Amino acid sequence: MTEQHRRLPHGGRIDRTTTLRFTLDGRELTGHPGDTVASAMLASGIIEVAPSLYRGRPRGIVAAGVDEPNALLQLAGPCSEGMLPATTVELYDGLAATTLSGRGRLDPTPDTAVYDKKYVHTDVLVIGAGPAGLAAAAAATGAGARVVLVDEQPETGGALLSEGDGDGTGSGEAARAWAAAARAALDAAPDTRVLTRTSAFGSYDGNYVLAVQRRTDHLGAGAPAGVSRQRLWHVRARQVVLATGAHERPLVFAGNDRPGVMLASAVRTYVNRYAVAPGARAVVATTNDSAYDTAADLHAAGVTVAAVVDSRPHLSTRAAEFADATGVPVSTASAVTGTAGAARLTGVTVRALDDEGQPAGPGRSFACDLLAVSGGWSPAVHLHSQRQGALRWDADRAAFVPGGPVDDQQSAGAARGTYDLAGCLADGAQAGARAAAAAGHPGAPAPDEPPPWAAGSAGPGTVRPLWLIPGDDGDEDTHFVDLQRDVTVADMRRSTGAGMRDAEHVKRYTSLGTAGDQGKTSGVNAIGVIGTLLGVSSPGALGTTTYRAPYTPVAFAALAGRERGALFAPERRTAVHDWHVGRGAVFEDVGQWKRPRYYPRPGEDMDRAVIRECRAAREGVAFMDASTLGKIEIRGADAGEFLNRIYTNGFKKLKPGFARYGVMCTADGMIFDDGVTLRLADDRYFMTTTTGNAAAVLDWLEEWLQTEWPELDVMCTSVTEQWTTVAVVGPRSRDVIARLAPALDVSNDAFPFMAFRETTLAGGVPARVCRISFSGELAYEINVSAWYGHAVWEQTEEAGRPFGITPYGTEAMHVLRAEKGFIIVGQDTDGTVTPQDAGMPWVVSRLKDFVGKRSFSRPDTAREDRKHLVGLLPADRRTRLSEGTQIIGRGVPVTPEDGPVPMLGHITSSYYSPALGRPFALALVAGGRDLAGRTLIAVDGDELVPVEVHSPVLYDPEGTKRDG
Amino acid sequence: MADLTATGPAALRRSPLAHLTDALRAATVTGPRAVALAEWPCAAMVSLRVDPASPAAGRIAQALGATLPARCGRTASAGSRTTLWLGPDEWLVVAPPGAPAPTAELAAALGEEPGSVVDVSANRTVLELRGPAARQVLEKGCALDLHPRVFGRGQAVSTLVGPVPVVLWRTGVDSYRLLPRSSFADHLARWLMDAMSEYALPEVD
Repeated sequence: MTEQHRRLPHGGRIDRTTTLRFTLDGRELTGHPGDTVASAMLASGIIEVAPSLYRGRPRGIVAAGVDEPNALLQLAGPCSEGMLPATTVELYDGLAATTLSGRGRLDPTPDTAVYDKKYVHTDVLVIGAGPAGLAAAAAATGAGARVVLVDEQPETGGALLSEGDGDGTGSGEAARAWAAAARAALDAAPDTRVLTRTSAFGSYDGNYVLAVQRRTDHLGAGAPAGVSRQRLWHVRARQVVLATGAHERPLVFAGNDRPGVMLASAVRTYVNRYAVAPGARAVVATTNDSAYDTAADLHAAGVTVAAVVDSRPHLSTRAAEFADATGVPVSTASAVTGTAGAARLTGVTVRALDDEGQPAGPGRSFACDLLAVSGGWSPAVHLHSQRQGALRWDADRAAFVPGGPVDDQQSAGAARGTYDLAGCLADGAQAGARAAAAAGHPGAPAPDEPPPWAAGSAGPGTVRPLWLIPGDDGDEDTHFVDLQRDVTVADMRRSTGAGMRDAEHVKRYTSLGTAGDQGKTSGVNAIGVIGTLLGVSSPGALGTTTYRAPYTPVAFAALAGRERGALFAPERRTAVHDWHVGRGAVFEDVGQWKRPRYYPRPGEDMDRAVIRECRAAREGVAFMDASTLGKIEIRGADAGEFLNRIYTNGFKKLKPGFARYGVMCTADGMIFDDGVTLRLADDRYFMTTTTGNAAAVLDWLEEWLQTEWPELDVMCTSVTEQWTTVAVVGPRSRDVIARLAPALDVSNDAFPFMAFRETTLAGGVPARVCRISFSGELAYEINVSAWYGHAVWEQTEEAGRPFGITPYGTEAMHVLRAEKGFIIVGQDTDGTVTPQDAGMPWVVSRLKDFVGKRSFSRPDTAREDRKHLVGLLPADRRTRLSEGTQIIGRGVPVTPEDGPVPMLGHITSSYYSPALGRPFALALVAGGRDLAGRTLIAVDGDELVPVEVHSPVLYDPEGTKRDG
Repeated sequence: MADLTATGPAALRRSPLAHLTDALRAATVTGPRAVALAEWPCAAMVSLRVDPASPAAGRIAQALGATLPARCGRTASAGSRTTLWLGPDEWLVVAPPGAPAPTAELAAALGEEPGSVVDVSANRTVLELRGPAARQVLEKGCALDLHPRVFGRGQAVSTLVGPVPVVLWRTGVDSYRLLPRSSFADHLARWLMDAMSEYALPEVD
């Protein structure tokens, strides 16, 4: 074990009474609850991580939060996860990690952790629980608004957690006491919800914000199974307050990537929040006042501060205060121009700067193992910008700040360039009160006077930005701008030298800002460097690159949530589903429905089962669950007229008690759906649709009724699941129906084809029995309330037992219907097929108008060479062709040398026909109707299979089987 | 012809979630975050379409004993029957299991006027979700605002829970009815049981 020799004896938000053990790159280390992996590493004196991605240069921890570019981890676990910044991973006992050179490893092991989602609505969403966010949430809560406060850290408090007591007044502790009290008040409010470990990563129209919550990772082995590891929050807010803080910028100078160079604010966080001294002897290099807080806290913690190097020409008030109080030498108008060390930093070179910011005068060397840098601050405008909120360059602050409004959003605190604590508190309180009022809750309590501790951190003050500090030898190859992508000023100079002027172009030329950290430390510096290289005075003249979601990386598993495996998509089941399962049915998906495809008996494969099922239907009797067909009741005085306009054929004159097959087309005259419709009464029809199109047909009917023909007295009601439909098919089906429905006269004269009867079945269940056939055989469909579906299905089997009734699935259904040339919409048609193309000119009325009719007078729909539905018989009587197989003419060469092959069409359905004793197919073939008797070629893989063209009706073309 | 609005022998009825009765019972969560799920099997339901300004609507209201609710989310109860608003001219009349569907009396009230009355008792089933954690369960899959200020007791809306379209009806402070199409009932029940399971475990914030 490496003792935590860099841990400070006092302070910090860590629990020294508990020791956590973990391994990093195989080394056994310890830390405490409250640590991140990064802070625990630093406590053990480890700053160096794996070398950089492209250059293999030594790298170290730079930041203390999501902006970390170097310290990336691969975490071991049941499903290992990579590219996690060590600065954001909370330490738990038993953690095992390796540091990564900018590239993680995807674990192929399925991730068995649970991920879920939650939807929440709120009056006010506050993002960020620092001083501004806490004040905003408190104000909005005080006004009675519903409030959601999210923060990515495990604790609320934001920057207050890093406040120190370097000024000796105890202001840090007072600040944290305020934050704790503010949090407790929010927790006690019934309509306020505080979500920690929750990153708001995407902001979308209408104040729709996505946030991911890390719920159990920090519990390590103690994480309860069955509770989601991460939760995706869908937040819809009337008002949003962005209190997202600001990111500190590094400085760009030679060798600025050496381990030991850290952001000054990160150093302060490690000292105060984690009670860790990241080095023994520090130099602080800054362009503004905020780094003096770091210097003071380092000094107070007993770390030697060798020097403060300040770019500004004059000693600021804050700098003078610091120098007086500590005696640390402060060099004004100076900058660090180089670093020394084998890997870790051992010293820096400091040179004076002239008025243009160019190094002048001799270099002075300072020994140090820590360089705390501050190049200024960039407000975290990401979420504002994701909503196309404008940005404005603020020269005083040397930062892009929100420069234009986003509806129902406001920024507060450091997110809009207000850095001093008193200002953040006031800003937040005002924003929270305004947001609550705008959401209908005026009357937020008046804000308190700024507390004394708020004078503690006054922010950066005047900034003298240094975008590019020239090195001593003119070389720019170690001036790193993007550490994660290893992009240097030399790389950027190559891109501007190649003519790029826009930050977006330079980004893509160099890959700058495209790594996992998305340029949080490099983005604004890059714009400053481009400006310097191009001689553009202000970064504002260049603008930023585009901020896009996600703000921080989000696991795909979190986005998927529970929508995996059995819960991926809904399965629709009929009332008879369990019976099918019990009979060993193999199911197929039809839309969202589960339909039995076939019922194999022991030892049967699909082909043999389907042959048996087909034979039963053609020679005896078989039954099938047809409940998935869409069903719509249509009622009204104009129902007949309406159906006449919707179907290509007539329904107005259909007599009650009878049914008719109908085809409906879209306005372009192409087949849209088909099915049988019953006339229940003068003003009532019962329409059936295809299984997959039920909802689309209802929408279609409603669209015409509501937008085109509101004068029609017609109402449509979807009743798909009201009815269980049992199809009973075959020469013996009449016998089965006679037993099942003894009250019914089933003779052909009394109950003809395409008639229906209402009756009460032998078991007492009311039923509507139709004589409809989708196979060409004598057939019935029994419709009963789905409550009785299971019972009537079993009764049907019982009634059919003496006749050997056989259940059949969709595969046999397909064979039976295809043998008769009956189409399946969406299989034999594809939105380019007219009823005439499909061989059904008889279904298109010439007497009345209907949707699509005008399109049949277009020259294109009258072409002789349109693709027609035909039957094909492979001449070898053996080959079952694949659906989709292309059809070509005989003798057409198919070698590459002969160029493109003219295609005549393709196969839409293909099966083995037990009735014909050979395979057959339906196909759409150009001018196919006129090719009957001819032989064409089906290109089945490498085989050229001769096929004979026939009418699509291959079985019983005379219809002798229909009446039994 | 038989009367298809008449119901058959009760012994032959089988509700869409009959096969999950035991599983639903086993999924019950007790304790401070209790939540329970059960089917309200074979409730009677009638789909009603009518112009609310028509005389027929008045006769129907009289038959129901309550004015047809006029706005999204509203319901109207009279006796054991509740009428749920589904659209500007569309309602769902729900009566408890065992009660007959009022199809014939509503059809009589509609008479020859435009509109429709259709027995849809088997078209949907009803799931009852109860307990202090019920809202939290629903919030895992329902994008609507379920805060009592917005979605109070006696309100009902068409929405999605998980991937399943339902009518969601709040019947009490901690109790909801979900009315999916029968074919989706099994999936919805499994989705809800999955969402409920975490509340039996120690709370993670």
